[in-house]
Amino acid sequence: MKRIGVFVCHCGNNIAGTVDVKRVAREAREMRGVTFALDYIYMCSEPGQALVREKIKEENLDAVIIAACSPTLHESTFRTAASEAGLNPWQCEIANIREQCSWVHSDREKATAKAIKIVGTIVEKTRLNESLEPIPVSITRKALVIGGGIAGIQASLDIADSGHKVILVEKEPSIGGHMAQLSETFPTLDCSQCILTPKMVAVGKHPNIELMTYSEIEQVSGYVGNFTVRIKRKAPFVDWSACTGCGICMEKCPSKIPSLFDRELATHGAIYVPFPQAVPNKPVIEKDSCIYFNTGKCRLCEKVCEIGAINFEQEDTFVEEEVGAIITATGFETLPVNDLDEYGAGEVPDVIDGLAFERLLSASGPTVGEIKRPSDGMIPREIVFVQCSGSRDPERYKPYCSKICCMYTTKHALLYKHRVQDGQPYIFYIDIRTGGKGYEEFYHNAQEEEGIIYLRGKVAKIFRDGKKTIVWGTDTLTGRNIEIAADLVVLATAVIPMYSTAELVKKLRIQTGPNGFLSEAHPKLRPVESINSGFYIAGAAQGPKDIPETVAQASGAACKVISLFSRNHLEQDPAIAWVDEELCGGCRICISVCPYDAREFDEENGTATVNEALCEGCGSCVAACACGATQQRNLSDSQIKSMVTASLGGE
Amino acid sequence: MFEPRIVCFLCKWCTSAGADLAGTSRLQYMPNGVNIRFMCSSRVDPEHILWAFHEGADGVLVGGCHPGDCHYKDGNYKTQARMSLLNRLLKDFGIDTRRLRLEWISAAEGMKFANIMNDFTEEMRSIGPLEISPGEVAR
Repeated sequence: MKRIGVFVCHCGNNIAGTVDVKRVAREAREMRGVTFALDYIYMCSEPGQALVREKIKEENLDAVIIAACSPTLHESTFRTAASEAGLNPWQCEIANIREQCSWVHSDREKATAKAIKIVGTIVEKTRLNESLEPIPVSITRKALVIGGGIAGIQASLDIADSGHKVILVEKEPSIGGHMAQLSETFPTLDCSQCILTPKMVAVGKHPNIELMTYSEIEQVSGYVGNFTVRIKRKAPFVDWSACTGCGICMEKCPSKIPSLFDRELATHGAIYVPFPQAVPNKPVIEKDSCIYFNTGKCRLCEKVCEIGAINFEQEDTFVEEEVGAIITATGFETLPVNDLDEYGAGEVPDVIDGLAFERLLSASGPTVGEIKRPSDGMIPREIVFVQCSGSRDPERYKPYCSKICCMYTTKHALLYKHRVQDGQPYIFYIDIRTGGKGYEEFYHNAQEEEGIIYLRGKVAKIFRDGKKTIVWGTDTLTGRNIEIAADLVVLATAVIPMYSTAELVKKLRIQTGPNGFLSEAHPKLRPVESINSGFYIAGAAQGPKDIPETVAQASGAACKVISLFSRNHLEQDPAIAWVDEELCGGCRICISVCPYDAREFDEENGTATVNEALCEGCGSCVAACACGATQQRNLSDSQIKSMVTASLGGE
Repeated sequence: MFEPRIVCFLCKWCTSAGADLAGTSRLQYMPNGVNIRFMCSSRVDPEHILWAFHEGADGVLVGGCHPGDCHYKDGNYKTQARMSLLNRLLKDFGIDTRRLRLEWISAAEGMKFANIMNDFTEEMRSIGPLEISPGEVAR
C-alpha cells in the first residue's frame, strides 16, 4: 500500500483565515492511504519545501499532496522539491484549496468541509498514480515572428543575432509598421525614420531572417518546439526577384487610390510601394484598384517596365514551414474617426486623427512636413487636440486608457508650435498621464515654455461652420463652457488591436482579453508569454504601449525563444493515453476522435495504438473508448470514479 | 435548508482557470460544488456523470472552453454531442435533465463561473435531492 503524506498550507491567512487547516490535516490523516499529514504556514517557502523533502524521507512517503494554491502556480515547485527527495515528480499532486475554496467562501465550517472533500478527491487520484517519465521531444530551432512593426523587427533581429533562423511574416508589402509613419518620437524628438529604417534594412539583409512580406498566416498546427505553419504569400503581380525598384511603373500608373500609409491624405497608383524607404523596396499591384484587372485594358506598367517584371498571371502561393516557437507582434490600429459620432463621424474634413497629423508633420509626408489642413491646404492658426477620443469611455467606446496619447498629443502641440510660431494650440484632456523616463519633464516644458493651452474637460461636440471647425467643450477647472473656432482638430483616438488579430488568434489558439488584446500568461511575472507554451507576445498587440516598452517586450520575448532553443530537447507531459491490448476490440472509434492523428491501428495485433510523440493528453479518445481499453495515465476511469465518490464526501 | 451536492468536471485551460480567476478576484459563491480538473471537457465520459449521480450527486456541472476556443481543437464539440445524448438517457432513468449542466466558461470569466455556481446551487435546492433506487443507474 502506497504511503501518502498530506501537507496543508496556511498561506498566511489566505487559507487559514477561512479554512480550519488543522482540521483538514487531522481529517486527511484518516483518509485511505494517507500515513502522514501536517499543516504549515507557508508551504512554498524554502523551509516549507524543506519540510516536504524531510518528511518524504523520515516518513518513508511514496507520494505527497500539497493542499495549497492553484496547481498553475506551484505544481512545478513542489514536483521539483519532491523529486529532490527521491520521489517521482508524478507522485506529487496539488489540492487547490485557495483559489477554488478559501478565497471564494466565507463560511468557515462549510469552507473547511469543502477543503476536506477537495483533499480527499486528490488523495484518491494520488493513490492510483503511476510514476512516469517525461517524453523527450525534439525542437525545431527556428522562430516565426508575426508582424513586422518595431516589435516584430526587434524580436527577429535579437533571435537572428543569437544564431537562430527566423521567419518574419508581415501582411503589408513592407515592414516598418506604424513607427514608420511617425514624424518624431517623444520625449527625445528624434526622427522616427532615422532610428527605424536602419533596423528595417538590417532585417532585410540578415542571413538568418527570411522575410515574407505581403503574406498571411493561413494555418498553424503542432505544439511547442514543433509547429507546422502554412503561410499565404499574396501575389504582388510583380516578379520581385527581377524588379530593380526603379519606380517607373508607379510614376506611370493612371490609377489614384488613397494611401493608407499617408492616412488618406495623399494618393498612390494601383502599383505602389507604401513608402519610399520600404523594405523590401518592391511594388505590388492592388488588384481591386488596377484598371487592367477591372476593365481588361491598360497594362501601362508592363509596357514601361524594361526588365519585364510585371506579371498579371501571378497567383497566391502557399508555403509550409516548421518552426519551434511563435511570437505574435501584430500591433495596433486606432479607433476610426468615423466611429465617433459626436466628433463629426469622419464627415468634417478638418478633423483628423493622430496618425494623420504625424503624416502632416513628417518630412517625408504628403506636405513635406508643412502643416496644411486637408480641406484647403491652409496652415491652421488655431488647432485643437482632443485626448481620450474613444478611450476611458466605458459607456460608449473603450473603457481603458490608451496610454500613449497624453505624450504624443503634447509632442504634436509642441511640434506645431515650433513650425507655426504665431499659432495657438489647445489640448483638451481628462488627466495627464506621463509615466516614463523623461516624460513628465517633457510635458512640463511644453506646458510652461511653449504656450500650449491645456483645458481640463471633455469635448462634447465638433462640427463644421464655413471654413472653421467648431469645438464645444467644458473647462472643468473653471466650470465654463468653451467654444473654439478651430482651423484643424486632431483626435487622439483610442488604441485598438489590429483588425486582423481576432482572426489570427483563432488560428493560433491563443487567448485575448475582453478588449481583444492578447493575454499574457501572468500579468506581472510572465508578461511576454502566452498561456499556451511555445507562443510569445510582443508590442501593442498585448495592450497600448509606447516604443521603448514595445522594444523591451520584444527583446524579452526573443530572449524567451532563445532560452527555449538553448535546450537539448523539450519534455512533454507523459499523462497521455495508452491502450490495454487485452481489452481493445479494434473498433477504431479512438482513431476517429483524435484531433492529432495520434491514434493508429496495428493491423497485425488488431488493436489500436497511441503515437506518444503526437498525443497531447486531452483524453477525448479515453472517453470515447467503449470497452475501457484506452486509458489516460494518472487519470484513469477508476481514478476518476474514486475521485467523484470522494468529492461527494466519501463512501 | 437542503444543501445539494454538486460535482464539477472542469477543463484545465478555460473553466478551471476561470474558477481560479473567481478566486483571485475574491468573488463569493456557494460552496456546494467540488471541482475535478481534466485536461479537456472531452475527457468526461457520460459514465462519470452517471457514476456521480449514483454516488449521491444532486447536480453535475461540465465546464469547457467556448466553441471555437478548445485547446484541443474540437474537444468541446465532442463534449456537447455526448452531453446531448446523455440527456436522453437521463430522461429514461427519470433524472431531471436540469441536474446536468454544460457551460462554456473562459479563463477570463471568473464572474460567470461564480454566477453559475450560485444559480446551479439554487436550482438544485428548488428541485430537491436526487432520489434513485440502487440498481437504477448502471454501475
